[in-house]
Formats: sequence, structure tokens, C-alpha cells
Amino acid sequence: MSSVPLFVAVNTFRESVRDRVLYNLIFFALLMMASAVLVGQISIGIERLVIINLGLSAISLLGLVMSVFIGVGLVYKEIEKRTLYSILAKPVRRWEFLAGKYFGLLLTLAINTALMTLGLFLALLYVDHAIGRADAHILLAVYFILLEFALVTALALFFSCFSTPILSTLYTLGLYVAGIFASDLRDAGALSSSGAVKAVRSVLYYALPNFSNFNVIGATAHGDAIPMSLVWQNTAYAAIYILALLLAASAVFSNRNLK
Amino acid sequence: MVASARNKQIWLATLGVPLLLLSLYPLQQSIAEKKESIAAQQQELLLRSGKLLKRLSLGYDSLLADIYWTRTVQYNGGILERGESDFSLLAPLLDVTTDLDPRLDVAYQYGAIFLSERVPAGAGRPDQAIALVRKGIALNPTNWRLYYNLGFVYYWYLRDYKQASQTFWEGSKIPGALPWMGAMAAHIAETGGSRDTSRFMWSQIYESTKDVTVRANALAHLQVLRAQDDLDLLKTFIETYKKRTGRAPSSVQDLVNAGLILGVPEDPGGFAYVLDANGEPAVDPQSPMAERVRDWSGRK
Amino acid sequence: MELGGVSAIDFRGCVQKNVVVGTPAIEIEGLTKDYAVGFWRKRTRRALDGLTFQVREGEVFGFLGPNGAGKTTTLKLLMGLIFPTSGTARIRGRSIDDVEMHREIGFLPEQPYFYDYLTARELLDYSARFFRFSEADRRERVTRFLERVGLSAAADVQLRRFSKGMLQRVGIAQAILHDPQVIFLDEPTSGLDPVGRREVRDIILDLQRQGRTVFFSTHILPDAEVLCDRVAVLVGGKLQGVGTPQEIVSIEVQGMEILFELPTGRSVPGALAGRVTPSGVAYRLEVPEAELYDSISQLRAAEARILSVTQLKPTLEDYFFRLVGRETAPSYAVEVANK
Repeated sequence: MSSVPLFVAVNTFRESVRDRVLYNLIFFALLMMASAVLVGQISIGIERLVIINLGLSAISLLGLVMSVFIGVGLVYKEIEKRTLYSILAKPVRRWEFLAGKYFGLLLTLAINTALMTLGLFLALLYVDHAIGRADAHILLAVYFILLEFALVTALALFFSCFSTPILSTLYTLGLYVAGIFASDLRDAGALSSSGAVKAVRSVLYYALPNFSNFNVIGATAHGDAIPMSLVWQNTAYAAIYILALLLAASAVFSNRNLK
Repeated sequence: MVASARNKQIWLATLGVPLLLLSLYPLQQSIAEKKESIAAQQQELLLRSGKLLKRLSLGYDSLLADIYWTRTVQYNGGILERGESDFSLLAPLLDVTTDLDPRLDVAYQYGAIFLSERVPAGAGRPDQAIALVRKGIALNPTNWRLYYNLGFVYYWYLRDYKQASQTFWEGSKIPGALPWMGAMAAHIAETGGSRDTSRFMWSQIYESTKDVTVRANALAHLQVLRAQDDLDLLKTFIETYKKRTGRAPSSVQDLVNAGLILGVPEDPGGFAYVLDANGEPAVDPQSPMAERVRDWSGRK
Repeated sequence: MELGGVSAIDFRGCVQKNVVVGTPAIEIEGLTKDYAVGFWRKRTRRALDGLTFQVREGEVFGFLGPNGAGKTTTLKLLMGLIFPTSGTARIRGRSIDDVEMHREIGFLPEQPYFYDYLTARELLDYSARFFRFSEADRRERVTRFLERVGLSAAADVQLRRFSKGMLQRVGIAQAILHDPQVIFLDEPTSGLDPVGRREVRDIILDLQRQGRTVFFSTHILPDAEVLCDRVAVLVGGKLQGVGTPQEIVSIEVQGMEILFELPTGRSVPGALAGRVTPSGVAYRLEVPEAELYDSISQLRAAEARILSVTQLKPTLEDYFFRLVGRETAPSYAVEVANK
């Protein structure tokens, strides 16, 4: 097994580190954390609730923005700028390159998320003056958010292999929103409508990436524990869906005539 | 561009831009006035459907709930502070908030109090309060405190002691409920409304929240209860005085002179109690407590 | 074309020896590439039509043609960036589908673009990682090849600050730092100043001395004449000819040019009239070498005064112009002037 994906990943990560736009995002995120503390002081009695809500929502939203906007350019940029020419002339398989780009972006997302989570914990520390065991649940919520990123990035990467950034963004965001409403599809379909519509709704429910699976922000803010079985299952769900997307992306990319 | 033409551009901008921006000032004022006259001072709640908002929030509903909660508190707090009487948005705001996050306990308690309180201390709509808390109970069947909030509305604002007792009883059966729930249910069933019960309940509310507005409200109620206690006490002293001297006292000072009380007692607002035209003990009309005691008397 | 045989492409009467001993470095057979064009992708445009030729080991081989002829298309096909509609190609005996084959080749794209947020050193290090070098070996190579292309001073500058010439040098470095046996260069000297072009030429010659095969495409014909052992000419996607530069130009018949004057009253001999053009006060006659003396006799008979007799030595450019059907090409003229 070659080490190509590894150093391509490291290089992709290096690219995002040197991209100054990201620093603005992180700064913004840390600002959100600070404001969470302030908002918490307005809503007396529920500071913790608000800080966790705001913090996790900020982490989620910002990471999502990064996943989509960087993800849709991952392959497209390489093709447009022809940086791929000299790379593919080397002993590298196209799928290896793809895997490297994907994991490189994930690495970037993971590190940014870690920094923002640290900010969140600092905000909680400031309010509660202690970190309790209950705060471990926050880490699980962040893990779920990371799974979401991984899935969205895979989507963006897939579209990046054959579509322009604008279209890819639309498709990816569209699927993300559809994925959030996927469970509503099933519930709404259960009551009314004909058998055919029900069947379509069912198919959509199972086919769409079900992003509501990963949303535990509200529950974590209220201090609920997350069952370990859900952790394994969500991990498996994400892993399988991502694998499917990467396979599809690989097939598309491997057969693509570069301009 | 020739250098002189370029310089001209710079001069034009340096002079023109501030002038233009300055001219906006009176224009903006005029626009603002026009706008205010068009839309009434009312705020509007554009989206009243909590369910729709929940959908639109794309998974960030918990955060949106916090935002709406903040808005609710500021809305209500603002009205109370300004002494206004239009609470029409309070129920919808609370409704949206609890749709977005059904587990936001503070909203139910806040709603129970401020929807029920008579204007201008609240919206004066205990029916809305009941609807809100019942909704909360339906969504949080294991939260015994909601039964407390509901029972409280029946007890204090509607004086429906039967319902109140029933509610407390149901709440007491929930695992984790504090023991006084059951005791409360029994007590109310037996004796209906009593000042001790009321005092206990308002103390519970005061202790259970850090919200400044709620606390102020609870404190006000506790003070009224204390004033009522004081007045009752003064009544017994007046009886004693009548028995001793055969006549009614003309002022509270008489009671002091008679050695029945050590000094003229003050109400929680710092004003001494007086005797009204009928010789009954009353709060000094100049005291800020006077109105409240008057409005809220008849409640035990 | 026969492998190991004697005759090769027979084109307009040009027969030339193409003895292949052992495996050719590059072997292209019937390579064709169609593109689907039009809004509905119904029509096809044939960018490359049945390309067939071979390149020997150790050759410096030039791939010539005007812009749009299909040179870059050919290179992209060889590198696996695009896929052929039909036909095959092998490099050092291995199919172009074989990823491992890429260990033995290096590629410099046209107008190379690399990650501009990397420094030269980082880019070479990244490039080297694709091959299985030890860490020490890799570091040594990076330093050595930075030196080789003259970029040691700028090693830690980000590529976004590099001039075109520097980028070209970095490009060459990344193409050869793994000591490939076959090196492909797409327009390696275009856009460079004369100094840059000389440097590139030196590197190509150096690679040849090391026994490597160099295949480069260019439209700068003087470079090809100077460097190449053999060239192939591509126009409109079709191969026009393969051979040494001299053989290519001798496809067109060489001739002789006679300048002469005629005394007043005399006219050009009828037999020659068709090939005479006025040139100032004199006349110009072009004849094949074989007919030289016969023509001179005719002119003498007509009492013409012979001014000069010159051998016409076509260059690759002339060949080109005739092939491509253009009379003047200022860019080529400039290239000639720079030679």
C-alpha cells in the first residue's frame, strides 16, 4: 500500500494552512465563543445551555461552510490550474490522489474543529468555573459534527470531479438540506398519499444522506447522554456512505479526460 | 491619465464624499420618521409558526430557541419597565420558543407567571398560560416541575383549588418529584387557598429561579402576603385595644401608647401602616405597596 | 512500418532507414483521439489521426508542428491525462496504462503551473515523494537538482513569486530528479529569453550524454534542427513525416537558383519561361539541380548575362511554410533572428 494518500493529504492540509482566508474563519469562530459568554449573561439561568447551543452551532456551521467551499474546488482547481499534469505523470493512481485530497481536507477540518472546541470549553470554564463529566458529552457531539463534515466533504469531492464549483456547491448544499429533511419525508409520507408516492418517499429517505442522524446539539445542551450504540451506528453509517461516494468519485475521476 | 486629471479626481472625492454622506443625515431622519408613522410602534412577529421555523432552522433549532427566548425576555421586560399594557406578542413568542426547544423549562415557568399576571404586571391571560404549560407537559411527561407550574396557575390566578390540588397530585406521582408536591395537593384539597400555602409557593418560585424579572415578581407577591399578615396582626391588636379601652383606636400610634406594640410597624415598602376611614388597618396610600395590596387583596 | 526492418515511413518518396535495435523507448501505433464537440456532443473532432512512429533509446526526438496540430494532445495521451479513442502506445516496452511505467519517465508540461503556495524546495520534495526514495536520498536529490537548474538561491521562495523562466526550471527539475530514462518536455523553450533557451538546450544535451531519451515538442524550429537526432512533424492531427531534420527538408526537391539579365530586345527562352520570375531589373530562374547546365546553355543561347548561380538550401522553416501553407510567419522570423 503506497504512502501517496498520506503525503498528498499532508500537502492538501498545508495548502489550507497557507490560505489566509481560513484564519479569518477561525477568528470569527472564537469571536462566537466569546459572544456566547455574553449572551449567556443575558439569559440568566441558562448560560450553559446557550453557550453550548451557540458554540456547537458555530462549530457546525463554520465547518460546513469550509467543507462545501473548499471541497467543491478540491479536484476542480487541480484540473483548471493544470497542477495535475505533472502529478499524474508520476507513478500515482488517480484514486490515491483523490484519497489524499479528501483526507487532507478532513485533517484541516479536524484541526479547526479542535481549536474551536477548545474555545468552547474555555467559555464553559469561564461560566461554570469547572469542567465536569457532563462536558464529555460535548466531545461526542463534536465527534458527530465531524462525521457530518466527513460526509459533506465526500459529497463535495464527488461533485468536484466533474462539475464547476458553483454547480457543485448547489448540488452539495441541496443534498445537505434534503438530507436534513429526510426523516420528515418518511414521517410525512406515512400518513397520507398513494402507494407509489409512499414508495418514492421511502426510497428517498433511505437513499439520501440522513444528516439528522448526527444532530445532537440540543440534546447535548440539555445535558443528555448519548448512547454508545448510536455512536457506533452513526460512525458505520458515515463510513459506508463515504466509501460509496469515494468509489463513485474515483470511478468518475479515473475515467475523466483532463482538459 | 494625466497627473493633473488624477489630482482633480482626488480633490473631488475628498470634498464630495463627506458632503454627500453628511447630506444623508437629515434624509435618514426623515425616512425613519416616515417609517415609524407607517408601522405602528408594534413589533411584529413575522413567523408565528414554531414548526415552520424548526424546519427552516436546518438543525440549529436549539440555538434558535435560545434566540427567541432572549427575545421573549427582552420583550416582556421592556413592557414591564415602561409600564405599558400590550402583551399581545408574549404568548406567540413563548409558543415559538417552546416549539423550537420543547425542553426549555424556564420558558414554561416564565410563561405561567407572566401570561397569568394581571395587567400591568403581565398579560392577564391565565388561559394562555395553561395552554402553554399543558403543551409542555405533553412534550415532557417526566418533568414534574411543569405540573407545579400548572397547578400554581390554577391555585393562584384562577383560584380553582380543585384543579390545583388535582394537578399537584398528578405531579407528585412522577418519579423524582419533591415530597412537598403531595403534601401540597392534600393541603389544598383540605383547606383551599391559604396564605401559608401561597407564601410557600411564591417562595418556591423565588428560590427556583435566577431570572431577575421572575424574582422581582415573586418578591412583590411575598411582600404583599407579608403586608396582609401584618394587617391581620394589627387587626387582632385593635380588637385587644377595643376590649381594653372600650373604644377604637384613632391611629396606630394609639396602639403603641397602649403598650400593645413596641413601635409603629412599617410595610415592606418602608411606610408606616395607618388606619383607614373605617378604623381598619391599611397600607399608607402613599406607599408603593398600597396599589398592589389593594389589587391583590382578596387573594390569600 | 516494420519492426527491426529497414524501411520506415515512406512519404513523398522519402525512404529512410529506421533500424530499431531492441525495444524502442517510445512506440506509438495508430494513436487516435476524437473529441465530442457541439452543444449536444454529437459531432466529433479528430484531434489525432492514426499516429504511428517510434523513438529509439538515447535519441533526442523533436515533435514539431504548428499550434493546434495535436502535439500536446499526443503528450497528454502518453502521460495518461487523457485516453485514446483507439491505438496503443508503449514506453520502454510497457503500456501507457501501466502506472509503474511512470517511474521511468519525467514530464514537463507546457506553461507549467505548480502549487504556488509551496516553495521550490517543497515542490521538489513533494514531487520526490511519489518515488520510493529514502529520506536522506530524497533530500540529497532535492538539493542537487535545485543546483542543477540554478535555483539554489531561490529554493525557499514561494513559487507564486517566480518568473516564467524560473518556473520552467523548477518544472525541469521535478521532471528529472528521479533520474528517469525517458523525459518528455512540452514546449520547453517557449517564452524563454535566449539565455533561458540556451540553458534548456544544455540540459537536454546533458541528458542525452547520460544516455537518456528526450522527447520534446516545439514550434521553435531552430532548436529542433540543432538538438534533434530525429523529428516527427504533425499537422492537423496527422503525421506528415519522420526522419532526421536533413531528411525531412530534403523531401522537397532542392534546386538551383539562377539570376540573369537579358539584353534589350531579347526575351526569355520559351522552354524556361514558366519558371522565370522578374526580380528587379533581372530575372530569377529556379531549376532542379539536374537541369542546371542545360538551363545555362539555353540562357547563353539567348545571350542572357548570368549574374549568379546559387544552391537552394531549404530550411525546416521553408518546409514548414510550404506544409502549413503560409507565406509569412513573423514569429518564426523572430525565432530565426534570435538563432
